[in-house]
Amino acid sequence: MKNKSKQAKPPGFETLAIHAGASPDPTTGARNVPIYNSTAYVFDDVDHAASLFNLQTFGYLYSRIGNPTVSALEEKVAALENGRAAVATASGHAAQLLAMYILMEPGANFVSSPNLYGGSITQFTHTFKKFGWECRFADTANLDSFKNSIDKDTKAIFTEVLANPGGIVIDIEPLSKIAKSEGIPLIVDNTTASPYLCQPFEWGADIIIHSMTKYLGGHGNAMGGIVVESGKFDWAQNDKFPSLTQPDPAYHNLTFYETFGDFGFSTKGRAVALRDLGPTLSPTNASLISTGIETLPLRMERHVENAMIVSEFLNNHSGVEWVSYAGLKNSPYYELAKKYLPKGPGALFTFGLLGGYEAGIKLVESTELISHLANLGDTRSLIIHPASTTHRQLTDEQRLDAGAGAEVIRISVGLESVNDIIADLEQALDKAGV
Amino acid sequence: MEKLYYPDWQIRRILSETNVIAMIGASSNWNRPSYFAMKYLQEKGYRVIPVNPGIEGQQLLGETVYGSLKSIPFSIEMVDIFQKPERVPAIVDDAIEIGAKIVWMQLTIRHDEAAKKAENAGLVVIMDRCPKIEFGRLSGELGWGGVNTRVISSRRSKKIR
Ligand SMILES: Cc1ncc(COP(=O)(O)O)c(C=O)c1O
Repeated sequence: MKNKSKQAKPPGFETLAIHAGASPDPTTGARNVPIYNSTAYVFDDVDHAASLFNLQTFGYLYSRIGNPTVSALEEKVAALENGRAAVATASGHAAQLLAMYILMEPGANFVSSPNLYGGSITQFTHTFKKFGWECRFADTANLDSFKNSIDKDTKAIFTEVLANPGGIVIDIEPLSKIAKSEGIPLIVDNTTASPYLCQPFEWGADIIIHSMTKYLGGHGNAMGGIVVESGKFDWAQNDKFPSLTQPDPAYHNLTFYETFGDFGFSTKGRAVALRDLGPTLSPTNASLISTGIETLPLRMERHVENAMIVSEFLNNHSGVEWVSYAGLKNSPYYELAKKYLPKGPGALFTFGLLGGYEAGIKLVESTELISHLANLGDTRSLIIHPASTTHRQLTDEQRLDAGAGAEVIRISVGLESVNDIIADLEQALDKAGV
Repeated sequence: MEKLYYPDWQIRRILSETNVIAMIGASSNWNRPSYFAMKYLQEKGYRVIPVNPGIEGQQLLGETVYGSLKSIPFSIEMVDIFQKPERVPAIVDDAIEIGAKIVWMQLTIRHDEAAKKAENAGLVVIMDRCPKIEFGRLSGELGWGGVNTRVISSRRSKKIR
């Protein structure tokens, strides 16, 4: 029994997508992870109950905090991101709230890229303010601005990597260096890329967030979010994270980082944030999302292939002023995409119509195959005019910053026959008069 | 420093064949990591003997606390070390002397020189790991907390003990 034995090769992404977290049920042998529709779990005796409440033993207690169907999914996503542990939530927004709840204190701030899903900008700017948390938007074209926005109360840097609404790739490696030099974590929202296309931990991210509602689930049938921790961040390197490094009065003075080490962040997220904020993922949704993830690699490949063809069609269309898809050679993000998204820059992008606002509205109202709705990452192709919908709550300046100006159309290219997607766009562009 | 790697089968074998563990640095404070580990390992059927000179002679989770490894009057198979690395060499010397088979250093604890000495004396050494977490990982229990166990299997998980 020497410890010099050769390390087994880790399984491939496709294998993990199917098998991680999903061994056969030890009791019944059920091959697929069953939907455990149970809110609570019996204790063997009061001592067992005490051990569970004290987190001294592993086990289920109450489904607000953990559920077997949900934890199978958590382990799966943690494995796909090559992370240490994960906590699932009821939605992507809940995942952002949960992650920030662990890191932030009243009076604290975090620095964020402004190229975000509109709903995230609103959450960060207005709703988080009520907790006494400040979001400082920096300038992604000038990464020094991130550094310059950081002060002693800054707890994290937040960014999307393939930014929603479209086509923008954020240079996350230098951002991770800034975060590291300041002793704070880099949080990356990897929703629009999915772990198949981008692996943020490889580039120095410390925490990854997903709206699993999108490509992970992939079928537009279930809401869900998740927070994944790399397990590599040293929370005790400074005194910025007392909720992890100091005895927690919300958990009879347990010190989470010391006790749970490289999964201390997730344990805190589960035992305190999920417990007290309550945004729990339902087992039914967890099951739908897990099933979706099994085909994530296949779906993402085809999403990217279709997006490439559709973006070229639009790029050559006389009524389209510009197309912002990082897979096109004329995109300023083409090189960054090759670095961070080597298998393709997703299937969500924007384009500008020559006819501006009016033509944009006419276009989204004229499609017959492509669905006009506010979502992305479905098998179905989806289209939206962000300025009048997802990004409506923002100021003009925020809209421009977020890449959602008046003429902008966002498309999430689905998995239909690509010729049918193009034919639908062609007739709708005709009706829009461009 | 060379990255530590222990194959799953090795950890599994240790955890399934060991019965009596001395825990150096066991704390009587319920929210200390060593208390967590001791309680968990007891629940899994191990006999865990606490060693801590500060609370020598007291009872901890139903066991008498000893002041040192050498004062334990019966045989110990595994020595689990919850102590700073600089204390490891002296503990390893004691572990060799009492005829322990395994020296296990807890997460973040590593002492390559002492490990070599123990290995040369025929002991098996595990460093920078927690037996509770490894037990949980290989039994699948760790996954119940959303932790990536890195265990992939198309078989029902086999009981470790
Ligand atoms: C990039 C990104 N992050 C977060 C969210 C929020 O996720 P959810 O809608 O699941 O709350 C979305 C939703 O559109 C998104 O696109």
